[in-house]
Amino acid sequence: MSKPIIATASLAGCFGCHMSFLDIDERILDLVELVQWGKSPINDIKTFQQDCDIALIEGGCCNDEHIHTLREFRKHCRILVAVGECAIMGGLPAMRNNIPIKECLEEAYLNSPSTSDANPDKIFPNDEELPMLLDKVYPCHEIVKMDYFLPGCPPRADLIYGALVALVTGQEAELPYEVVKFD
Amino acid sequence: MSDHIAAIDAIAAKYDNDPTRLLDMLLAVQEQERYVSDAATRLLAQKLGLSWGDIQQTVSFYHLLSQEPRGKYTVYLNNGPVSIMQGYEGVATAFSEAVGCSFGSVTADGRIGLFTTADMGMGDQEVAALINNVVFTNLTPEKARILVKAMQKGVPAQDMVTDNTEYGKYGDGNNSLPSIHSMVCNNLIKPGPVCFGPYQAGAALRKCVAQSPEQVLAEVKASKLRGRGGAGFPTGMKWELCAKAEGPERCVVANADEGEPGTFKDRVLLTERAQLLFEGMAVCAYAIKATTGALYLRGEYAYLKDYLEQVLEQMRSDNLLGKDIAGKPGFDFLISGCSWVLAPMSAARNQLLESAEGRRGEPRNRPPFPAQSGFHTMPTVIDNVETLAATVQIIDKGATWFRSLGTEESTGTKVLSISGDCDRPGVYEVEFGITLGELLTLAGARDPQAAQVGGPSGRCLNAAARDTAISFEDCPSAGAILIIGAQHDLLTIIDNFMAFFTEESCGSCVPCRTGTWMLRNTLRRIMHGQGTREDLTSMRQLSAVMQKTTKCGLGHTAANPILNTLDNFPHLYDALIPEQTDIRSFDLEAAVQASNLTVGRASVAKEEQV
Ligand SMILES: Cc1cc2nc3c(=O)[nH]c(=O)nc-3n(C[C@H](O)[C@H](O)[C@H](O)COP(=O)(O)O)c2cc1C
Ligand code: SF4
Repeated sequence: MSKPIIATASLAGCFGCHMSFLDIDERILDLVELVQWGKSPINDIKTFQQDCDIALIEGGCCNDEHIHTLREFRKHCRILVAVGECAIMGGLPAMRNNIPIKECLEEAYLNSPSTSDANPDKIFPNDEELPMLLDKVYPCHEIVKMDYFLPGCPPRADLIYGALVALVTGQEAELPYEVVKFD
Repeated sequence: MSDHIAAIDAIAAKYDNDPTRLLDMLLAVQEQERYVSDAATRLLAQKLGLSWGDIQQTVSFYHLLSQEPRGKYTVYLNNGPVSIMQGYEGVATAFSEAVGCSFGSVTADGRIGLFTTADMGMGDQEVAALINNVVFTNLTPEKARILVKAMQKGVPAQDMVTDNTEYGKYGDGNNSLPSIHSMVCNNLIKPGPVCFGPYQAGAALRKCVAQSPEQVLAEVKASKLRGRGGAGFPTGMKWELCAKAEGPERCVVANADEGEPGTFKDRVLLTERAQLLFEGMAVCAYAIKATTGALYLRGEYAYLKDYLEQVLEQMRSDNLLGKDIAGKPGFDFLISGCSWVLAPMSAARNQLLESAEGRRGEPRNRPPFPAQSGFHTMPTVIDNVETLAATVQIIDKGATWFRSLGTEESTGTKVLSISGDCDRPGVYEVEFGITLGELLTLAGARDPQAAQVGGPSGRCLNAAARDTAISFEDCPSAGAILIIGAQHDLLTIIDNFMAFFTEESCGSCVPCRTGTWMLRNTLRRIMHGQGTREDLTSMRQLSAVMQKTTKCGLGHTAANPILNTLDNFPHLYDALIPEQTDIRSFDLEAAVQASNLTVGRASVAKEEQV
């Protein structure tokens, strides 16, 4: 039987969850015994070459490209795992949800100390290639069905590793208290 | 400016600069200046030795206090569920068009402000509004336009209700007394033997003083009377707990903060049977040896205040209150008059006390229970108006007589407030055990699909469940029964209930503060055809968490509208959940619209809409 394929993506996140994933350290060698890698920033594969079994999603959706990417993942992956606060609830980026988008853009490009003098023509970046911000930051499960949720900011490496192994081997994940609680 | 300072000084002085009367002062400021300005807040803080923040948080908590001017005339139009069922939209549009501003704002000249409010205790005569504390009922678009003309002419709100004018005329019964002069109608459709039965003033008190307090307490216990305010706690036991609590003085509080949306029976009790209530307070005072009493009236019933104070005055001169009551040396009990409670749901007992002592209506931690340490730390009995009224008849006619009414566990009668789609909305005093079917027939229900019993926090029954009995054993209710006809979209009404809970949550517990919003948002998503099967499960899970992890009854019951409709009307949800897909429906075009406008891009909807 061929090894299951895993994919990952970072949407509106800080890549902290990916860094935490890499904190599994040498266990990555055990992991490659168990799985194959598909599309992921870790190997820089940018498109789906084949359908994947498990995808780890970091970050929520703050622009139209995230919506598009997440929908693609849903179509091409059997199991989607929301990794970390931002994917699960919107996290830190969602702190802008109470501020109208116009105010956010003005603050960033017109009024902040670093831009107020530097942008005399009061230009908002608007290249066609640039994605558009959504009115709010949305958690992943409001856009597509998510199958599992790994809490943490970021979730511990042990949790990500344990969950992946459990999904691949079909054994129940061991989740001791200190792996999922932070107090 | 110095006028302003003098005015605030005068208001503070009127209440003896007593910080526990803060709410009265703020209301007076609001009435005089049409808002509570920052300057007024600072002045009061100085006068009362409170911090600016203390006052600020109280002002921001209460609906009828505002930090922005609300107009010389402030219109609060009820947008609760019954009002919506009876034509709110048309009346609201008529108001905004005639006034020339939208709801939530004030006209440029500062003359008229339009605002909405949730439930005013007028469910039998919606659409209703409060204009500068005067109640207007049975509004139509036509009447709204007439009222606006009067406001534009500068007619004082109180003068708009008279014997008979185009604006409105006095209601029935005591409503036309000079001390009330209100257009509110009683709509007392079915009087019963306890609250609205024959009553001889003072008879019960004379029987009391011929017995020992312990005997009176024993009689109330023997009657098996349970609280009529919603929680159904055995009244005799509550009184006994308080009687046994240590304290130099005891206190009796009548809860007339009828806050459960859809209830209005206490309004009619207060209008037509005030003396019965006050005598009930005195009976309680005798039984628990209390010396002080207070009545907490919801803000919307302010129009009854003068009348109620007259009744108290009369009872004092009849020796039914005051010193050596009913000729019994040492039986002294004084009811200090009416105080204010403003947050509609603040009737949660501990919340009421906070409110009564002038603070934000946030629940206190328990223990201590009010019976041990209540109003100004006195051991306190807080009872609903109807409960206290019933004790008078129990003492006068005996516990055995009382137990012969109602059912085994729910003795006596219940005063119900029936509203919604029926021919005879109003107040019904019936024996406990009456079935939903009998009530629907009595009230002349029109093609009912559901009955909401006990307000939003109560139960949403399928109208087909005609055998359900109104009783503590089966389906308890503080009195509100809203009949919902088949022509209405039930989930829209449920959404309105959830809006009520998001408003009323005091915010102290996270599961209530955010859970109410999460439930409402999920419901709305489902109503827009964007729901999923998992949403139904997650709503149940969230409801269970809220029931277990919140501090007061509001949080415990806030999920009921959702849970009840999931149970009793599952087909409504099923019909709205689209064919299952893993991709949720999401309106991308709408979500990027604001960005597009800001940066000046035409449209990014380059991809498929789902
Ligand atoms: C959210 C909430 C709302 C309530 N609303 C009312 C009310 O409108 N009127 C009332 O008398 N009691 C109300 N109660 C019940 C009171 O807390 C209290 O139990 C009652 O006044 C006690 O009197 P009783 O034993 O005579 O019923 C409410 C309780 C909660 C938790
Ligand atoms: S349950 Fe809700 S209303 Fe009650 S104390 Fe908690 S937050 Fe406040």
